[in-house]
Amino acid sequence: MNFNRFLIGSLKIIFQGGKYYFAWLLLLTILTVWGAIGYYDQLTDGLITTNMRDSVSWAFYIGNFTFLVGVAAAAVMLVIPAYIYHWGPIKEIVIFGELLAVCAVIMSIAFVVVDIGHPLRFWHMLPFIGTMNFPYSILAWDFFVLFAYFIINATVVIHLLYSAFNKKEYNKKLVLFLVLASIPMAVGIHTVTAFLFNALPARPFWNSALLAPRFLASAFCSGPAILLILFQLLRKYTKFEIKNEALFTIAELMVYSMFIYLFFTLAEFFKEFYSGTEHILYWKYLLFGIGDNKEIVFYSWASIIMGVIAFLLFLIPKTRKNFVTLNIGAVLIYFSVYIEKGMALIIPGFTPDVLGQIYVYKPSMVEIKTAVMVFSIGFLLFTFLTKLAIAIIFEGYSYENVKLKK
Amino acid sequence: MKDNFLFKLKFSNFLFIIVFILFYSCSSSKEEDSHAIKDELVEFKKTKIVEEYAVDPPPFTDGIFPCNDCHAYQEPNSKRRELVEWHDDITFSHDSDNRWCLDCHDVIERDSLRLANGKKLDFKESYKLCGQCHGEKYRDWKVGVHGKRTGEWNGKKHYLLCVSCHNPHTPKFKKLKPDPAPMKQEDIKLVTKPVNKVSDEDKK
Amino acid sequence: MKTKNNRRSFLKNISLATFSTLALSGCNMKEIDEFLQGNFRELTPEEKDEIVKNLAEKYKKRYGKDFTVSDTPAMVGVLFGYALDISRCIGCRKCVTACVKENNQSRDPQIQWIQVLEMEKERGVDLHHSNINYDHEKVPEKGHFYFPVQCQQCRNPQCVTVCPAKATWQEKDGIVVVDYNWCIGCRYCMAACPYGARHFNWGEPSIPADEINTEVHYLGNRPRQKGVVEKCTFCVQRVREGKYPACVEICPVGARKFGNLLDPESEVRYILDNKRVLVLKQELNTQPKFYYYFG
Repeated sequence: MNFNRFLIGSLKIIFQGGKYYFAWLLLLTILTVWGAIGYYDQLTDGLITTNMRDSVSWAFYIGNFTFLVGVAAAAVMLVIPAYIYHWGPIKEIVIFGELLAVCAVIMSIAFVVVDIGHPLRFWHMLPFIGTMNFPYSILAWDFFVLFAYFIINATVVIHLLYSAFNKKEYNKKLVLFLVLASIPMAVGIHTVTAFLFNALPARPFWNSALLAPRFLASAFCSGPAILLILFQLLRKYTKFEIKNEALFTIAELMVYSMFIYLFFTLAEFFKEFYSGTEHILYWKYLLFGIGDNKEIVFYSWASIIMGVIAFLLFLIPKTRKNFVTLNIGAVLIYFSVYIEKGMALIIPGFTPDVLGQIYVYKPSMVEIKTAVMVFSIGFLLFTFLTKLAIAIIFEGYSYENVKLKK
Repeated sequence: MKDNFLFKLKFSNFLFIIVFILFYSCSSSKEEDSHAIKDELVEFKKTKIVEEYAVDPPPFTDGIFPCNDCHAYQEPNSKRRELVEWHDDITFSHDSDNRWCLDCHDVIERDSLRLANGKKLDFKESYKLCGQCHGEKYRDWKVGVHGKRTGEWNGKKHYLLCVSCHNPHTPKFKKLKPDPAPMKQEDIKLVTKPVNKVSDEDKK
Repeated sequence: MKTKNNRRSFLKNISLATFSTLALSGCNMKEIDEFLQGNFRELTPEEKDEIVKNLAEKYKKRYGKDFTVSDTPAMVGVLFGYALDISRCIGCRKCVTACVKENNQSRDPQIQWIQVLEMEKERGVDLHHSNINYDHEKVPEKGHFYFPVQCQQCRNPQCVTVCPAKATWQEKDGIVVVDYNWCIGCRYCMAACPYGARHFNWGEPSIPADEINTEVHYLGNRPRQKGVVEKCTFCVQRVREGKYPACVEICPVGARKFGNLLDPESEVRYILDNKRVLVLKQELNTQPKFYYYFG
């Protein structure tokens, strides 16, 4: 009964709002429909509508998947500093961090689903009803940890919101346990996702022990960047209170991870370029192109330049503590990591391919549309959940506001 | 303080479990493999006796054999020379500096070949003649490694003679026109008209 | 076994309920059965027979020809091996064409299981300077040699390890096969294969009805669907009947050798004993059963 009321209340909240809110929803809906048309083509004609081919058999979709796993992981990791540095509204940080994580996990799983040739056969890789190749396949592991991570975070968020909605105290023991569990899980999902690529000796570009550490480091740049901006917005428009110092501390932590990321990348560069084995080809393709095939060079340098600017903006205390430059930095690092994960990580792994042939990949329109669809759905979900969370936590929206017909 | 401890405990447990499972899965997979190969070795027994040579007759130019149809009426001439009236269509490039027709064709019994020691040889056994110089290739050919065999890998095989592939007078292979190159992956696009569309419609 | 059946019938019941609406709108029961079909390795012989029979009917409808669909299992005491003489191959691509025909590979979008690489003699086996699209009037081209690559039938196949659904596995006779009805099309195996031996049906495969090979094997050359991965199976439909693979039969220079690695008198064993062989990317520890040698 109560849960019914919660659901109805949630729906009510979601469809209440101002002009801008509905404009935003409309925009996302239009984008979803536009993207769905592309995905429909892919479903009817097959993945031939994408530009993936035998040489580059994973591309944009898997890149997005990887990026979103990073976002999901990093969002929760912010709980640690919030806890250690006593930022105050830890419950709120947990809720918004985990909300973001839930949406990111949903989007990342959606990107796997749109990437596979037979989405309806997804159950073949599930345990019990299918034949899951556990523990051999890292993809099975990845699915397993992502799913567990999703359940944990969704439980925490729903439980916290549901309790607040019913004006009851939440189960502290349970929440503390789940939040603490979700932190190593966050490291886990990202590490396992890195291992997904790392586990392939056939692809020297990924077969480096530094891949997983670099993954984590870059995720800790992009995930907090979203929260940094989200927290500022929340602070401005709701009763959410977070001290400037806390935001600057987030930025400071991001500098550390950027530095670690740069260092790891430098180590990788050194090893590859100084030893100059044939493995250097993948890096060459990424940074300079091979022969006339320079299509990806623009992306890699764009990512590097944005990343370096962001690093400098965050490194210098003056620009770090200025909200204009801080936000520019956050946006830059977000896109830098997005390109790095979306294109610069996946494509050079496949180019040149295992037999030394070069197939130049660029995402097709169908791929872009499908990605837009997934992102729009994800944003829509995130918008709804944030709206609900704001209403319940900051505006005291509760069961008293919802009347059920008898 | 207590929470911190909890966190550490949880994390290390988690790591331990991962490491354990990974370790277990790696080690177990190896055991399985070696067993499989051993079992196979034990199980092996020869199921079929390989049947002896089933060779095609040597390929002759039309109307050229038996040689005695013409040569029976001709005086044998064992002097090394350039052939002008007959067989001038044969290009001979098979160690041509040192050898000529009658090193392999018998001068008296025209329907036979001859080995270096003078032993006569039927045309059907030409491979023995080849084998006296190309010993290694001959050995490989006998076990089916040089040349080509078709038929059954564990049973009846179809052999080809040396001369089925190599022209004994010019043994080197001629160049071949290759089959078309694979389509470039850039050009693999959605087919608008499937080739088997007709039968698709039949289905309905 | 009993629980498995229960589980399956439970699944079936649920799906029957959900799919009943679909069934009414033209989706027939056979398609549902096919959708619910289990992993081929877990099926009973009776279930396999049934499936094979249904497939033959389905193919007859589609191509208008009688098909022989077999599911012949591996022979006991056989481990297939392959040897290819790189000093002999002239790069004529006859094997590619024969393979496409024998194994019902899609003509458009084009799928070819054998890739013939042209390499420069001066560089040796150097994949990164190889050319797959060479288009000479005549082959072999001066200064070049040819290096055909297909599935290396590894003893330690990484493609099998990574498959999340156990849709691909190594048979007792060493052939790595794919269950096209179980493959979900995630293409992880393609990322894992160091030899580019796995190919994906990006679109609906098409084969002209008059060129279709009607002697098919469930795990081999039966017509595929879009969205699944396929690969060389050493012509499982032929070799389990004792025949040589199509590429061995067609090779005009006899560069391709095939046989039972466990038979001391087989051609491949003779090559291993008497010739020096190499395996491609030996450093990856895939332990191929496909050897290259210099004859």
